[in-house]
Amino acid sequence: MCISLKSCTFATVLYGLVKQMNVAIVKYNAGNIGSVENAMRRLGIQPTVTDDPEIICAADRVIFPGQGEARSAMEYLKAHRLDEVIVGLKQPVLGICIGMQLLCRHSEEQDTECLGVFDVDVKRFEPQNHEDKVPQMGWNTIEDTKSVLFTGFEKPEYVYFIHSFYVPKCEWTIATTNYIQPYSSALHKDNFYATQFHPEKSGSVGERILKNFITMRNQE
Amino acid sequence: MLAKRIIPCLDIKDGQTVKGTNFLNLRQAGDPIELGKLYSEQGADELVYLDITASHEGRKTFTELVKRIAQEINIPFTVGGGINELSDVERLLNAGADKVSINSAALRRPKLIDEIVNNFGSQVCVVAIDAKCEDDTIHENGDPRIDGDWRCYVNGGRVPTERKLFDWAREVNERGAGEILFTSMNHDGVKNGFADAALRKLADTLTIPVIASGGAGCREHFRDTFLNGHSDAALAASVFHFGEIPIPELKQYLRSEGVNVRT
Repeated sequence: MCISLKSCTFATVLYGLVKQMNVAIVKYNAGNIGSVENAMRRLGIQPTVTDDPEIICAADRVIFPGQGEARSAMEYLKAHRLDEVIVGLKQPVLGICIGMQLLCRHSEEQDTECLGVFDVDVKRFEPQNHEDKVPQMGWNTIEDTKSVLFTGFEKPEYVYFIHSFYVPKCEWTIATTNYIQPYSSALHKDNFYATQFHPEKSGSVGERILKNFITMRNQE
Repeated sequence: MLAKRIIPCLDIKDGQTVKGTNFLNLRQAGDPIELGKLYSEQGADELVYLDITASHEGRKTFTELVKRIAQEINIPFTVGGGINELSDVERLLNAGADKVSINSAALRRPKLIDEIVNNFGSQVCVVAIDAKCEDDTIHENGDPRIDGDWRCYVNGGRVPTERKLFDWAREVNERGAGEILFTSMNHDGVKNGFADAALRKLADTLTIPVIASGGAGCREHFRDTFLNGHSDAALAASVFHFGEIPIPELKQYLRSEGVNVRT
């Protein structure tokens, strides 16, 4: 009785914190940004979708989402000076899908120089046999998860992927997925977190990841 | 390993879910959002919402529905029905759909596929193909072994075209579509299994995922289309809507049969 009362109070406090959380979603020329906005609302958060550097810098959390093509996305970010803004952020940042790839050094997609937060290059999937269809589209597992992003995960969980390019395993890998070969399905360095999959489309597992991102302490 | 997907399909008319048998006779099957949520909680991997209204008013109602689906559902969903041009695609993607499914419009003007791919990417472009096998003399309708000369149809399976299934599927693949959703008119509504012989040919020759549609009657049919038909995903409607095959049991069964599904 006592325990459940305590956890209930804790949940209420946590929910209060989540609701007050100031979350900015970076607006740029990539698709699927509305899905992340909807996912935040389902968690009780009213996010701001913006390309205003001041609002982005002042947010408690920044999400850099998207679905699209690397070169045109980088060109847009540079034209709007969002490249410098993103790299200079100090609060927890979550890159999703193309957002994660853009945080890397370089992408084979149209031979594009990216933001360079993660010193690793993005490669194109090379099918080894007929079953290896590109893009990878659908649900695959994340394994060897090691990050506060995956708090509460006890076994490999399924999440939703759509992508033709991937980040090889590297020193910032915090989750691994196997498609054609094992690769990085999530990265972490300092305040930057990134997932190749779409937590906003990954059912209750994805919701837990987004909640972990929102409620993590800033120094983790 | 990438999981095989189970996709419930919801046909929408005037904001409600309906299901036709052999493309005729509609029956009511519930509220689209409640049903979608239920499927999502039960472990459906994606949802497909097909707008089967033809009127302008109906289109507006459907777009509003897509917005609400996007707000409430936390798994990917595809929308289709009545998409004729790029502006329809843009409207539905802006409303929050993850993918759009085009059918007759692509057969009438194949360049629409290129336009969608160039503007929004391969991943949003599902091309649905309704086809009928016309030399199935040795098998009964609904037999998964049916194969031969498949003709593509437009307008919900009402109008035959000159296009052949395998040629068209190859062209769709080459134009950059992200997935093919193949419905066999010989199998749809018969509940005797998917068109596994044709599906296998598609899956083994194309470089994009193939979704099997039409013919699901029992859980063994799903196993067969994954193991024999080499399908990447299987779509069904009535067996889910009327509770004939609960999704959690279906997935447990598939897993026990050696099919990799998400649990």
